[in-house]
Amino acid sequence: MSAKALGPVRRKFAPWNDPSAVPLIKIRDVSKAFGSFTAVNNVSLDIYEREFFALLGPSGCGKTTLMRMLAGFETPSAGSISIAGEDLAGTPPHKRPVNMMFQSYALFPHMSVEKNIAFGLEMDKLPKGEITARVEEMLKLVKLETFAKRKPHQLSGGQRQRVALARSIAKRPKVLLLDEPLGALDKKLREETQFELLDLQMALGMTFVIVTHDQDEAMTMADRIAVMNHGQFVQISPPAELYEQPVSKYVADFIGDINLLEGRVTKNERGHIVLGSEVTGGRIESLGETVAGLGDKAWFAVRPEKVSIDLQPPNDPTVNTASGTVWDIGYVGDISVYHVKLDNGGTMRASIANTRRVVERPISWEDKVFLTWAPDSGIVLTK
Amino acid sequence: MANPLQAQNRRWILTAIPYLWMVIFFLVPFFIVLKISFSNSEIAQPPYSPVFDFLTDGWDESLDKLTSLTTDNYLRLIQDSIYSSSYLSSLWIAGSSTVMMLFIAYPIAYGMARAPKSWRPTLVMMVILPFWTSFLIRVYAWIAILSEEGLLNSALAWLGVIDEPIQILSTNTAVYIGILYSYLPFMVLPLYSNLEKMDDSLIEAAKDLGCTQIGAFWRVTFPLSLPGVIAGCFLVFIPAVGEFVIPDLLGGSDTIMIGKTMWEEFFNNRDWPAASGVAIALLIILMIPIMIFQANEARQQEAGR
Repeated sequence: MSAKALGPVRRKFAPWNDPSAVPLIKIRDVSKAFGSFTAVNNVSLDIYEREFFALLGPSGCGKTTLMRMLAGFETPSAGSISIAGEDLAGTPPHKRPVNMMFQSYALFPHMSVEKNIAFGLEMDKLPKGEITARVEEMLKLVKLETFAKRKPHQLSGGQRQRVALARSIAKRPKVLLLDEPLGALDKKLREETQFELLDLQMALGMTFVIVTHDQDEAMTMADRIAVMNHGQFVQISPPAELYEQPVSKYVADFIGDINLLEGRVTKNERGHIVLGSEVTGGRIESLGETVAGLGDKAWFAVRPEKVSIDLQPPNDPTVNTASGTVWDIGYVGDISVYHVKLDNGGTMRASIANTRRVVERPISWEDKVFLTWAPDSGIVLTK
Repeated sequence: MANPLQAQNRRWILTAIPYLWMVIFFLVPFFIVLKISFSNSEIAQPPYSPVFDFLTDGWDESLDKLTSLTTDNYLRLIQDSIYSSSYLSSLWIAGSSTVMMLFIAYPIAYGMARAPKSWRPTLVMMVILPFWTSFLIRVYAWIAILSEEGLLNSALAWLGVIDEPIQILSTNTAVYIGILYSYLPFMVLPLYSNLEKMDDSLIEAAKDLGCTQIGAFWRVTFPLSLPGVIAGCFLVFIPAVGEFVIPDLLGGSDTIMIGKTMWEEFFNNRDWPAASGVAIALLIILMIPIMIFQANEARQQEAGR
């Protein structure tokens, strides 16, 4: 599987594909156990300078523990972590070249906004003039100049979030760790802030590592995403690869929406795979590679937006198709998701962009429909 | 409609109950004491005059009695140095034991708040447990510990630390020990409740920004615990100023505290007016710390909202 088939991904920034690039953060065989519970299980990871890296997973998957080990709040049970070539074992949090933005923001309630931002700089014993200048710069960056003298409890949630951000970047750390930074904001503000963070990261040239359970957040902002489950990485890829080329049913299902059609491999040669599937009552043609042998169980995974829905059967009988009746329609505004009960049992979803401004859609409940998809629209998964 | 009216009546009754309670059990006794403090001492029953009797006294008689009220008792408080030295010594003993208490109680409360969550109820219980025994019995127990043939002296002698018993009982040291022991929970509990609800991520944030563990304590934990410190200090200081049992049982003849002086006026000298004057003056002196304490509590409640 290669990203090249899809062309360059989002930005022309891919040091992870460059064998000569030296990673900024090296995580090697790191484990962390709390009693009998293994939160992080033998993971290795390289993160590069200026990268926006996301740790994504459900709660309890170990993403926060991994981040806390980077910050120095937890000690790995095994393995090593180094930043810029320096092994961090035994380095306490206050001596690490990283800063963290806390999920709860952790603003000091007894200090004003400017005192909060100045805190780290004062710890570094910077000259007074420089501290004042840096605090002013930070306030300007997060557009809070007029709030310098306020206490945290006099600010809105969004303003507090920005103070927390300003405080964590004031020391210009090599790496900024962000623990669910947008979790407490409402949807609209969250979407705006995602792009603000992205611009900020580009402008500062800092390395960001973000922990989130929100896939939209990770997809929008990150250069690469590590999907975690049960303390391990399931897949580490740029967003588009993660979405279009998931390595497992878990990833396919965790990121976005997916139809998983079970079948058995009847042909596998030269990038051409055919599955015999009872779900669709026929053959599923697919392009790509798979490790599955003939007769092995496999799943064809195809995203709903890549499935066409029609009232007429396809003209070409060789095309991938399944027939059924419309069971449910989810109208979201920009798209409509059709839940189709297949004639052979099982369900499939097809989503159609609502490009025309009409209230009555041509396809309605109980309609007999035909679903079709191209051979290169999905991927064959074996696990 | 009778309903809103009924609801209003019910509300009136509900709010009236605590006020009625305060009037009967605080205001009325207060005014009785206030009145006695302006009376003259008599060898009679009751031991003061005038005694008002609104049923039998005529107008003139009442006016006569009113003019016979005197401020002598208060003048004596200023003129006789026994009183001023009692007040000062009480304030000093209460103040210095409050400070000592803070140094003892803060680490205890901090340790409790940092202990694993499952231990905390047990630890709180252990702090409160002594209250299950009568205060008087616990003070008497200290006599048994501190006296010349007491547990402490016997233990020290047995260990060979001392040759002859040291005099602790009937000294100010014993009074300090008694106050520190008796009032410890009043300092520990407000501190604990403050430290316990403190967000751990604040400490982590401080460390993340370059603070050492000790630095984070002084810059974040301690300033944020100040309301608890203030509450604890006043909860110890205010009752300790008027303490009578501890100096009477553990202190010596040279221990003078205002509670003891008042008791002596009342029971030994049977001078009710003087004792009442002492009590009213003490109340006025304590008014300032009580008001600071109340303001602190109000601010806390507002911040908690």
